[in-house]
Amino acid sequence: MKTVQKIAVPMIAIGLFVAFWEFIVWFNGWPNYVMASPSDLPAAYSKFWNLFLSGSWQTLWRTVAGLGLAVFFGTLLGMIMGFSRVARDGLYPLLVGFNAIPKATLVPVLALLFIGEHNFNTVLMAFLISFFPIAVSVGIGLSTLEPEYRDILASLGASRFTIFRKIALPKTLPEFFGALKVSVTLAFIGTNLVEIISPHGKGLGALFLSGQTNSNYPLMFAVLIALAVLGILLYYCVVALERIFAGWAERPHQ
Amino acid sequence: MENLIEIKGVTHAYKTPNGLLPVLDDLNVTVPEGEFAAVVGPSGCGKSTLTRLVAGLMKPDEGEVWLHGELVKSPRKTVGMAFQNPVLLEWRTILDNVILPLEIVAPSMPRADRIARAEELLELVGLAGFEDKRPSELSGGMRQRASLCRSIVHKPDVLIMDEPFGALDAFTREDLWQTMHKLRAQEPFTAVLITHDLRESVYLGDQVIVLSGRPATTQYVLDVHYPMEDGERKLDGLYSPECAEMLATLRDQIKIAQGRVPAAAGAA
Ligand SMILES: Nc1ncnc2c1ncn2[C@@H]1O[C@H](COP(=O)(O)OP(=O)(O)O)[C@@H](O)[C@H]1O
Ligand SMILES: [Mg+2]
Repeated sequence: MKTVQKIAVPMIAIGLFVAFWEFIVWFNGWPNYVMASPSDLPAAYSKFWNLFLSGSWQTLWRTVAGLGLAVFFGTLLGMIMGFSRVARDGLYPLLVGFNAIPKATLVPVLALLFIGEHNFNTVLMAFLISFFPIAVSVGIGLSTLEPEYRDILASLGASRFTIFRKIALPKTLPEFFGALKVSVTLAFIGTNLVEIISPHGKGLGALFLSGQTNSNYPLMFAVLIALAVLGILLYYCVVALERIFAGWAERPHQ
Repeated sequence: MENLIEIKGVTHAYKTPNGLLPVLDDLNVTVPEGEFAAVVGPSGCGKSTLTRLVAGLMKPDEGEVWLHGELVKSPRKTVGMAFQNPVLLEWRTILDNVILPLEIVAPSMPRADRIARAEELLELVGLAGFEDKRPSELSGGMRQRASLCRSIVHKPDVLIMDEPFGALDAFTREDLWQTMHKLRAQEPFTAVLITHDLRESVYLGDQVIVLSGRPATTQYVLDVHYPMEDGERKLDGLYSPECAEMLATLRDQIKIAQGRVPAAAGAA
């Protein structure tokens, strides 16, 4: 009963949304080149299905690769900031400043720095845009660890690494996964940004661009929907990982 | 009997943005083996600092801390600590929380032995059957019981407790006092108990050390002569004339100590 409800409710919500979309387009009498309606999409998918498959794969693996880098280096930066006050004071303004730069401006910079390395540039952008929340959450998680948590092991002569592994790391996991949920969406945006802006790109973003240049509006909307589906998929992968590794942080209902 | 804990002329100051903050000033404490020293003093006078020095987590500016005939220079595996906050690890079961110190102190001990040891203690404090529960499923008093088990699971010779019952309601607290006596009868530790509850200090302590206001020094030491029945300290004993007298003495001493607390916190 519960699981049926858990699946049925979002399905009905999506169904209502699609119906509403179809209705709006029909009601306003918008032609295809103003706004595609859901009923236009199946044709676009069946016509370009192989492009959708290869594009999705391109977008997916580069997003995941960028996110992987963000997890690694974000955690590392977070650890440095969490354990050293000096590092925190020094790095924080730099990171905030970097995070404030609109990432679209970096696309041409990267393209010039690493000419022709499209895959590398895309992964790099996914990384650059998504490591910040991870670094901050790990840093804050570690620096706000109550001293007593440290002392129960430190008073036995445990090394800093042991304290990190047995206490600090697991204790920051809930914050880490909270940040990862933000980062996965950001990495996805980063990948698509490069795919759309850079010429001769690959992935779903490039497919979107070709739809635009050919004025194939149903194709553009079909790409948007595919992106949304991919985004949902990635997000729920993170949620599943969170359940496995930080499920203990979830309060039992009632 | 040998003095298991000897604090000799310990003086300590914290460096703060406003300069040095002297916290302990020529503090002297001796606790014979197997005894229980309760430490009371005004809030902020340096009691927690004292526990960190005894545990070897910090070094005093001056003076020495000796445990079991050894000068304390760094943390030792034979110390146990418990705090007001039970600091249980939410991702571990109660059993695995209690086992934690053994993972550091006795890495080669077989898991079955660790479990047996933890279960023995959990049984003793009345937590049998809660081994597989998560800390969040337990009441505050039960969590503190689990925390006490963790602090002595590795058979430390010194148990340091910093206001362990401070956050509990009065009835739960009295239950835990009795549990503490039960543990003492079974386990061979020498204890330092920081508390702000004078009745607790008299019920649990063999001596009560009153610290002066900051910078703290040993202002008064009370030898506890608790009225015993059948060799046991009963809670009712707290209402005896002997205890009333001891409590009155301690209250007077605390008033003196509080009078010495500087009005404004900050640098000297
Ligand atoms: N790490 C620290 N750095 C600077 N000042 C501290 C530090 N720890 C404690 N203090 C100060 O030292 C004084 C004594 O602290 P503490 O030992 O925790 O007192 P108590 O436990 O008796 O309340 C307090 O005024 C506190 O603010
Ligand atoms: Mg304190």
